[in-house]
Amino acid sequence: MSVVVRVRDLVRRFTLKGVLNGIDLDIKAGEFVALIGRSGSGKSTLLRALAGLDHEADGSGELIVPKRLSVVFQDARLLPWKRLIDNVVLGLDGTDVLQRGREALAEVELSGRERSWPYELSGGEQQRVALARSLVRGPDLLLADEPFGALDALTRLRMHGLLRRLAATHNPAVLLVTHDVEEAIELADRVVVLDDGRIAGDITVDLPQGGPERRERAAELQQRLLAFLGVDGRQAILT
Amino acid sequence: MNAHSADIFEAREQGSPMPSHDAGPPGPIAAPTSNHVPQRLSLSPAAAWGWLLGPGLLLLYWSVLSYGGYMDERFLPAPWTAMETGLDLIRDGRLPENLAVSAGRAVQGLVLGVIVGVTLALISGLSQIGGYIIDGLVQLKRGIPVLALIPFMILWFGVGEMMKILVIAITVFIPIYIHTHNALRAIDIKHVELAETLGLNRQQFIRHVVFPGALPGLLLGLRFGVTSSWLALVVVEQLNATSGIGYMVTLARNYAQADVMLVGLVVYALLGLTSDALVRYLQRRLFAWRRTLGS
Repeated sequence: MSVVVRVRDLVRRFTLKGVLNGIDLDIKAGEFVALIGRSGSGKSTLLRALAGLDHEADGSGELIVPKRLSVVFQDARLLPWKRLIDNVVLGLDGTDVLQRGREALAEVELSGRERSWPYELSGGEQQRVALARSLVRGPDLLLADEPFGALDALTRLRMHGLLRRLAATHNPAVLLVTHDVEEAIELADRVVVLDDGRIAGDITVDLPQGGPERRERAAELQQRLLAFLGVDGRQAILT
Repeated sequence: MNAHSADIFEAREQGSPMPSHDAGPPGPIAAPTSNHVPQRLSLSPAAAWGWLLGPGLLLLYWSVLSYGGYMDERFLPAPWTAMETGLDLIRDGRLPENLAVSAGRAVQGLVLGVIVGVTLALISGLSQIGGYIIDGLVQLKRGIPVLALIPFMILWFGVGEMMKILVIAITVFIPIYIHTHNALRAIDIKHVELAETLGLNRQQFIRHVVFPGALPGLLLGLRFGVTSSWLALVVVEQLNATSGIGYMVTLARNYAQADVMLVGLVVYALLGLTSDALVRYLQRRLFAWRRTLGS
């Protein structure tokens, strides 16, 4: 498969959220990669570099990303003065834009809410609109910065299912930044661990289909990842 | 990507589609009883005409004083005297004529001031160099009271209509500029980042993000601007004018007609209130998307 993201020796210094000390990373088309790491490990810095949002950053390295790239932030970032449909299709033009927007809202189970204002929605619903806004653009790469971090546990689980379905339908490459190891294993094909601005681990997730064996392997994987993060896996699970 | 046919969360995921909020049996709802009700910090909904209470009380006090003969008619005529004089002035055409002239000046000055204020705010809010050039100048101008400018305005533009409208425009543009500029610079960086990731161009960014984001500031500036346009009007109309409400009041002062002066005041109050109400109506229409303490 073709590579859509190519990062070589990426260095970022003097940023607010953390530094990058030489990152090499390839992401293939349609691949779902989770990026985990402690606070300040550089996860968000890397994502912002990929999104092209680090205008003031000081650094070097090679960075190739696809032109069609969408970002989902931790907060939904809907424009409060635009109705949902206008938020979804913001900046798009063409005759079928509204139809595409309606379809995107239907995909995130918000049919009939096109004319609602953002303040009328719950946090989870707002985040679903943000997903629709990202996917309606047909991205080759979807960058998601802890998109479920602010949601309650139950809503988060529903969002996992939704994101998995949408990723399967639209098949963009996904880079999901998360601090939740369980979420990373649940959603991604591959988990990359970032520590102190370097890649500390790169693990392929190949769990068997269901059954007790899957649960066992998932727990094992979780412990390995937690060990990368400097947490004793067994203790973390017990507590 | 892996096809997870049976995943670890499957049992819990059966819950979707999303639950509705109005689950539960219909029926009468008992008033809740609780031993702990936190103090309500938000305001209860305002009654539509609640703001009339204060002015009403004042009018009552004034009427009592006048009716009881405690108030000398030469200092402050009774409310009904002012009403009669007002009706007389309307009948003989003096009030409508002068009002039309005054309103014309105020509106022209206001429109000019809004155009200049918004344009300067956009230039100085959206470009660094524009900010360096314009913002300092406006702050300087802000330090000079409009009354102090009038001698120069007369020197440059004479005592005609041009000078009057320019003085009003200069007074109006300051609050428009300040509040619009402030709102522009206060636009959330998160919305700017969003616009960048969505690939909006500069025009789209201004149209969809900047302008709607700064509109509350502009409308707030407009409320101040409208009020100060009437203020400036009073000042310029008492300067060598031959028409307008201010002229009518000045003339009345020369003949010690306290009732006509009072009518002038009432007209100013009504003009101020009406225009402010208009701006607030505009605010309500434009900002349906907001939920705030006051709404």
